[in-house]
Amino acid sequence: MGFERHEYRKQPDFGTPEVVSDTQVTLQIDGRAVSVPAGTTVMRAAALAGGSIPKLCATDNLKQFGSCRLCLVEVDGMRGTPASCTTLVAPGMNVHTQTPRLQKLRRGVMELYISDHPLDCLTCSANNDCELQDQAAAVGLRDVRYGYEGANHLGEATDTSNPYFDFDPSKCIACSRCVRACDEVQGTFALTIEGRGFESKVSAGLASDTYFSSECVSCGACVQACPTATLQEKAVKEIGKPERAVVTTCAYCGVGCTFRAEMRGEQVVRMVPWKDGKANRGHSCVKGRFAWGYAQHEERMLKPMIRSSIDQPWQEVSWEQALGHAASEITRIKAKYGANALGGITSSRCTNEETFLVQKLVRAGFGTNNVDTCARVCHSPTGYGLKTTFGTSAGTQDFDSVMDSDVILVIGANPTDGHPVFASRMKRRLRPNNGKPGAKLIVIDPRRTDLVRSPHVVADHHLPLRPGTNVAVLTAMAHVIVTEGLADEAFVRERCDWDEYQHWAEFVALERNSPEFLAPVTGVDAPTVREAARLFATGGNGAIYYGLGVTEHSQGSSTVMAIANLAMATGNIGRRGVGVNPLRGQNNVQGACDMGSFPHELSGYRHVSDPDARALFEADWGVPIDPEPGLRIPNMLDAATDGVFKAIYIQGEDILQSDPDTKHVAAGLAAMECVIVHDLFLNETANYAHIFLPGSTFLEKNGTFTNAERRIQPVRKVMEPLNGYEDWQVTQLLAQAIGLDWNYTHPREIMDEIARLTPSFSGVNYARLDADGSLQWPVNAAAPDGSPIMHIDGFVRGKGKFVVTDYVPTDERTGPRFPLLLTTGRILSQYNVGAQTRRTANVVWHEEDLLEIHPTDAENRGIKSGDWVRLASRSGETTLRATVTDRVAPGVVYTTFHHPATQANVVTTDFSDWATNCPEYKVTAVQITPSNGPSDWQEGYEALSQRSRRIAGSAMEAAE
Amino acid sequence: MSGDSTANLVRMVNQIARNVTHEADPVATVADHVAAFWSGRMRAQIATWLDQHGGEGLDPVALAALQRLQQGADAG
Ligand code: SF4
Ligand code: SF4
Ligand code: SF4
Ligand code: FES
Repeated sequence: MGFERHEYRKQPDFGTPEVVSDTQVTLQIDGRAVSVPAGTTVMRAAALAGGSIPKLCATDNLKQFGSCRLCLVEVDGMRGTPASCTTLVAPGMNVHTQTPRLQKLRRGVMELYISDHPLDCLTCSANNDCELQDQAAAVGLRDVRYGYEGANHLGEATDTSNPYFDFDPSKCIACSRCVRACDEVQGTFALTIEGRGFESKVSAGLASDTYFSSECVSCGACVQACPTATLQEKAVKEIGKPERAVVTTCAYCGVGCTFRAEMRGEQVVRMVPWKDGKANRGHSCVKGRFAWGYAQHEERMLKPMIRSSIDQPWQEVSWEQALGHAASEITRIKAKYGANALGGITSSRCTNEETFLVQKLVRAGFGTNNVDTCARVCHSPTGYGLKTTFGTSAGTQDFDSVMDSDVILVIGANPTDGHPVFASRMKRRLRPNNGKPGAKLIVIDPRRTDLVRSPHVVADHHLPLRPGTNVAVLTAMAHVIVTEGLADEAFVRERCDWDEYQHWAEFVALERNSPEFLAPVTGVDAPTVREAARLFATGGNGAIYYGLGVTEHSQGSSTVMAIANLAMATGNIGRRGVGVNPLRGQNNVQGACDMGSFPHELSGYRHVSDPDARALFEADWGVPIDPEPGLRIPNMLDAATDGVFKAIYIQGEDILQSDPDTKHVAAGLAAMECVIVHDLFLNETANYAHIFLPGSTFLEKNGTFTNAERRIQPVRKVMEPLNGYEDWQVTQLLAQAIGLDWNYTHPREIMDEIARLTPSFSGVNYARLDADGSLQWPVNAAAPDGSPIMHIDGFVRGKGKFVVTDYVPTDERTGPRFPLLLTTGRILSQYNVGAQTRRTANVVWHEEDLLEIHPTDAENRGIKSGDWVRLASRSGETTLRATVTDRVAPGVVYTTFHHPATQANVVTTDFSDWATNCPEYKVTAVQITPSNGPSDWQEGYEALSQRSRRIAGSAMEAAE
Repeated sequence: MSGDSTANLVRMVNQIARNVTHEADPVATVADHVAAFWSGRMRAQIATWLDQHGGEGLDPVALAALQRLQQGADAG
């Protein structure tokens, strides 16, 4: 099977991209009849028939270019020798790929290339993995008549500035594949090719730039495209050529790119994006492609540890001791305080199977519904909002759908940084292509994100709203659509509840919801709102993409429903090119939600009060399930400070750093008697832990992740867990220690249980995942092959529901003491709280969190770029360095939260979404003042971290 | 036991009430929401608050919803 370990071979390259057509064309290639879709090139047709025409400038990830002239063929009735990569098939065509004439021509071409290429093949790091070498062999090159002395690129210095790959121009054959990959696939336009013919030379940015100083975002597309050793991963130089490859799924973000983990022994040589991956289609970003070094980082914990109180140093113990101690604490606390004093937190980074087991442990083992997930802090409003309006808690489209969109509306998301591989796909659609105009773009975001203006992409409308006014802006857009008669009433009548629509339409039509009336609140000019609304309603297929800038607000759920209203009112649901698409943060946010991680829901979004759902689980697990919802994370912490919540098992999450109001989280954790942290590193939460269970990385386990398109994809083990156990095994051991009779031998059995208990997963199993590569839920009798697009003939809930979403300002207001609004976000090279990315060479791109401030606000305060500033809110204060930029509007400041030293969440408040308690990260009233350096809290915290990370008998302690 | 966190619950239920004013029956909507998403302890805490403080600090819709829930609980 294609996914299992096999001998190392590159993925086949058909030379030019796949073409889809209803018409098949039959032709003859070297005497064999071949049938391919109309529009296919002769090169691809030959490759599909099992042949291979020599080529250098063509590769199937890129549009054909026709520059190297190596792929010449002869066609009966056609004059000359056309290039097969640019010649399209025609019915009855008769093609010859190997004739004496072609052989001679190809050798001549090859000779020219080789005369300008160093002949150190034996010691070259690409030896045996080089297309130039292969093609020289294929054309039968035996000698080179030209001298090697002429003008050439030999002897040029290698650019080693990128931490992950080198650029050695002496080996470049000027095929321009790298340049085209950067333009077409990635959309960054960082590379240029200067000069013509043998003078031509690839360069990143200006001549004076290195790769590092250029616009390059280190996605790796050019490295993958390069047929020679010119652009190559440093790891290949260090380790050697891979010997086997295993297909697996990236563990960073919700795009869910699939990769071939190319291995030598137990060592990863490189992660190469898998061309058959339906989420990424052969593309990647710097995180998944290169930033996996954390898996072997020296700070990774490999031994279980315990301590009696958090001011003691850690003691390393055996697994038996650690699990035995955990079990006895859980049993003791349950006996003394009752089951509801216990709880667990599942991880949106772990697999579906691991998540399912943690919530099963809590519900069936601890005997409580106190289970929650960190998806709470990002996308719980998506679940609530889409379930209410459409009937299911998930995005409606697959990623491919964007290629059929005519108008793309991006709100509260920064895909080029947060979801880079999908952003590249979106940008492809935004650029004109083959005479088809690019899609129109509307960006609603307080900040001028890269998407608003980047090479060859300019937003048609940018609505720079005040943080916290999403609902007002969306309602104003709805006002325009309804009052100007632009709604798709035929769609609404057929698909939605008409009375509810009318109630909603009357509401949005009120004068107080007009763009003019709301402009002072939102800060967006009324004409811009009107034009954006008209464009969205009338521009053809309209698709909405949104992110945490929508959900992490006190009206997060309302905003999601306002988005759903807009999509329904304009008829943009139920086909390709349209839809409502949440861009999920962490890799398995969707899966964590699907797997029953919320305290009120069993897997598949069935409320715990539903007796039928409960009966199913009770029969399978042999225990009663509490019909009452359990506690959410903030409520667990409240209950802990109230003295009634005592023990928690936290798998793979760092709530101290990722949850709002750090001090409140710290107080809650400190009030518990038993905090069990199961993670790769001694994270910030572990400062308050009594038991530490070491975790395993995605490279060390089997399982599945579910991405933002509801796509369930296999995660495959490529090496043995350094800590000894996969995470699901650790959870099982803990379950056994508290007396549960669990005997899973492989995650496939856990998936079988999930399928048995969850209607939308009933058709999912590992054999099918291996056969199909991935499946998009629901996969059941009604949709045996999964569901790329949802709500095609009707909404899951029946009729689509319009919900009136009135703008209710957040309680977090600016005033004289805190006159600015802080909003937070992320950047490309770092991920979430940075636990992984900070432990890779990615730190070269982001050494610290910076505060973006508008020039006017900076000047008023005497602040320059690079100055330390104090960032204070009602909750707390921290310090960081400022960068002065007009990307943010006056009155708004922005920062990321990737570094623990910044502690941006010391500043955020505990306000949250009304429906789900998703924290309001995106709006905090703050004041900025010049400062000299780290705050007392930061220094005190640093000291506490040092102290609480001591391990008895280790060098770390000796050094104290 | 009713610790400090009851103040948070008051804030939460008021916030829910403010966001559902346009529903056909806002009181029922708030009541259903609390029943569906709040744990038993949270509901017990707010019930104690009602007993001890009456409607103090509560939005009228939130208050009506909580009273309705309590009647339901007493009846059932
Ligand atoms: S790594 Fe990506 S962004 Fe950088 S030059 Fe190559 S293709 Fe362009
Ligand atoms: S660097 Fe590689 S891909 Fe780019 S032009 Fe040179 S040989 Fe071709
Ligand atoms: S981080 Fe996201 S976009 Fe980047 S490779 Fe991984 S899944 Fe793909
Ligand atoms: S492969 Fe066709 S011209 Fe280069």
